[in-house]
Amino acid sequence: MDDLIAARSQMALSLGFHIIFSCIGMVMPFFMAVSHYIWLKSNNLVYKNITKAWSKGVAIFFATGAVSGTVLSFELGLLWPTFMKHAGPIFGMPFSLEGTAFFIEAIALGFFLYGWDRFNKWFHWFTGVVVGVSGLISGILVVAANSWMNSPTGFDYVNGQYLNIDPIKAMFNPAWFSQALHMSIAAFAATGFAVAGVHALMILRKQNVGFHKKAFRIAAVFGVVASLLQPLSGDISAKDVAKRQPAKLAAMEAHFKTEANAALIIGGIPDVENKKVDYALKIPGLLSFMVHNDFHTPVKGLDQIPLEDQPPVAITHYAFQIMVAMGMAMMALGVIYFIAVFKHKQWFDKKWFLRLFILATPIGFIAVEAGWTVTEVGRQPWIIHGIMRTKDAVTPMPGIGYSFYLFSAVYFTLSLAVIFMLYRQIKMVPVIYDKAPEEVTPKQIEL
Amino acid sequence: MIFVVMGFLWTALLLYLVLGGADYGAGIIEMFTSKANKSRTRKVMYHAMGPIWEANHMWLIIAIVILFVGFPEIYSTMSTYLHIPLVIMLMGIIARGTAFTFRNYDAVVDDMQKVYNKIFVYASFITPLFLGIIAGSAVSGRIDLTATDFAAAYVYSWLNWFSVATGFFTVALCGFLAAIYLIGEATDDVQRGSFIRKAIFMNVAAVFCGALVFAASLVEQIPLFEWVFGNWVGVTAVTAASVSLVVMWSLIVKRQFVIIRLLAGFQVTMILLTTTYKHYPNIVILKNGAYLSLIDHQGAEKTIYALGMALLIGSIFILPALVYLIYSFQRKGEKAHV
Repeated sequence: MDDLIAARSQMALSLGFHIIFSCIGMVMPFFMAVSHYIWLKSNNLVYKNITKAWSKGVAIFFATGAVSGTVLSFELGLLWPTFMKHAGPIFGMPFSLEGTAFFIEAIALGFFLYGWDRFNKWFHWFTGVVVGVSGLISGILVVAANSWMNSPTGFDYVNGQYLNIDPIKAMFNPAWFSQALHMSIAAFAATGFAVAGVHALMILRKQNVGFHKKAFRIAAVFGVVASLLQPLSGDISAKDVAKRQPAKLAAMEAHFKTEANAALIIGGIPDVENKKVDYALKIPGLLSFMVHNDFHTPVKGLDQIPLEDQPPVAITHYAFQIMVAMGMAMMALGVIYFIAVFKHKQWFDKKWFLRLFILATPIGFIAVEAGWTVTEVGRQPWIIHGIMRTKDAVTPMPGIGYSFYLFSAVYFTLSLAVIFMLYRQIKMVPVIYDKAPEEVTPKQIEL
Repeated sequence: MIFVVMGFLWTALLLYLVLGGADYGAGIIEMFTSKANKSRTRKVMYHAMGPIWEANHMWLIIAIVILFVGFPEIYSTMSTYLHIPLVIMLMGIIARGTAFTFRNYDAVVDDMQKVYNKIFVYASFITPLFLGIIAGSAVSGRIDLTATDFAAAYVYSWLNWFSVATGFFTVALCGFLAAIYLIGEATDDVQRGSFIRKAIFMNVAAVFCGALVFAASLVEQIPLFEWVFGNWVGVTAVTAASVSLVVMWSLIVKRQFVIIRLLAGFQVTMILLTTTYKHYPNIVILKNGAYLSLIDHQGAEKTIYALGMALLIGSIFILPALVYLIYSFQRKGEKAHV
């Protein structure tokens, strides 16, 4: 295996793995805090059980996210030492702040998980909120570091030297806000749908319906609200990318030719050799409008970008299409959810309604992974946009392929282990949380 | 500000060695516990480390972030030439962290627990072993920036008697720290006696491995004697550590459990002080005799300033919360939890 490809694959794998755990680890504490709050206010034991059940999920995800995050902080150097040598002092600021935020999250989680009946109940609740808030801040900071790679600022690049370094300016680079906003909302949408989907499945199976219904409602609200807000941040992101990284936008859209009245290309198979897209739905003018708020202004195509500076078109385009499609599906579900809330309460018990949410369990995370593919593959061939190429940053050590195989095996095993763990967690809900008075008679399950 | 940053780096390493080390040590103790006592020992350990173990491992992240933000050249050199031991250490961290969480949060208690325990125990041994190897390699002067063949560049940079001995010494120190910590957590005298025996064993092991490190330094022609005993700080620190060791053992008899923990921490502090003082401000010695120094290889001035400020502000938030966390859960292990 080629070392550069191996290094990129290993990084993609590690990030793709970590991102799921960090999203859940940063969003679920908010669900927990809501249900915990209701329990403290209403004394309805079901909410206490939901909080506790979720907190175990959070513990598993947090621990896995923490170790995979630790691994990443080393992998930056293990795989991209040349990049880190130059970029470390420039874009490292958010990482040093993230260290603090993450540390506080770990401390607060210690208080929260082990603090039941030990502290003042509102202090205990507050530590749960701190877990969520510091997790969210960590996420935003890490994304700010990534956005610097897309829009490097805070230094002058003179004759291969990185001069006048200003880490604060680098942290608040032009892309940080749009990226952090898009990612934060995505985390809420993805986690909300994933958690809601699992609870919907349990309702459909008529297991502890009282418990799962309440849990479903909390998670689903977060998911659908986030998914309905996401297009706004997507619009900000698209305009931002068009301005700073026209090559990435062109690849996302498979937009080969610079033209006025540029069409929005939906779906299709990009044919890079002949510079066209087959079988696509084209809406004339819409791309111009989305990027420039005007149907006629030309949008820069791949033809204006030197071949050696172009990202892989097909992957970026497909990933973008997948992300948008998943986003649309979540929005549609969001609309259905609100119709159910305001017009048709009975829908919540309908099988088709539950089935839709069960189907939607993974789509938020598919969108997240696809979105990151767009960001990262779309940035290629650069590791620092316009400054350093990825191939110049990779470690000189040969045999990275073996390292990639090793990490693949480890992450694969770990994924299975976590799924196994959650499966057992959910199976045990009737056994552990049976005490709730209004619960339906629980079915004993055999393990 | 560079001194603030260096201070934080040293402190983070020390705290990781002491707190994270005790944490690894708990797994090492489990390894050396007879089958009959394992589950009880495990219970005590879980109560002792459960709430704080995540926090203990944050120090490594703090140290690594300081290194790559403030001293990127040192970070990139180490991660290039010590790639292999770093990857093994990372595997250990992954295996250990997840196994620990899984065994506590798996809703079903069955034979899977055995699997988690095995992984946890082995990873608790391997991770500090390779941490020690990495630390030893930094100063063993085998990192060769000009090497062209794979083995010379990426294997012999860390595979030598000195580094390996340092690795085992680190493992023994971790076990020692954990045993001393657990003496105070024991729920009854029988168990306490068993932890005291473990502490004696680990103490002997640490002294033995320490001797091995010195022996290995002779073999590898590393002037360790001169580094440690060639200056008054080293001599004082070694003396202080030895005296405090004697004091500690006499206090164990008197059941001063808080003080013995502090003394064990003090001994490790002295060891780290001795081993880093002579090299200050260098942290990596290369094969050609050149050094990578924290002063000469620091990042841009503004970066160091911002990093120092971030660390100072961060510690205002972290330290009180951490102290309160440790205080809150101390010796309350008997209480039930869910």
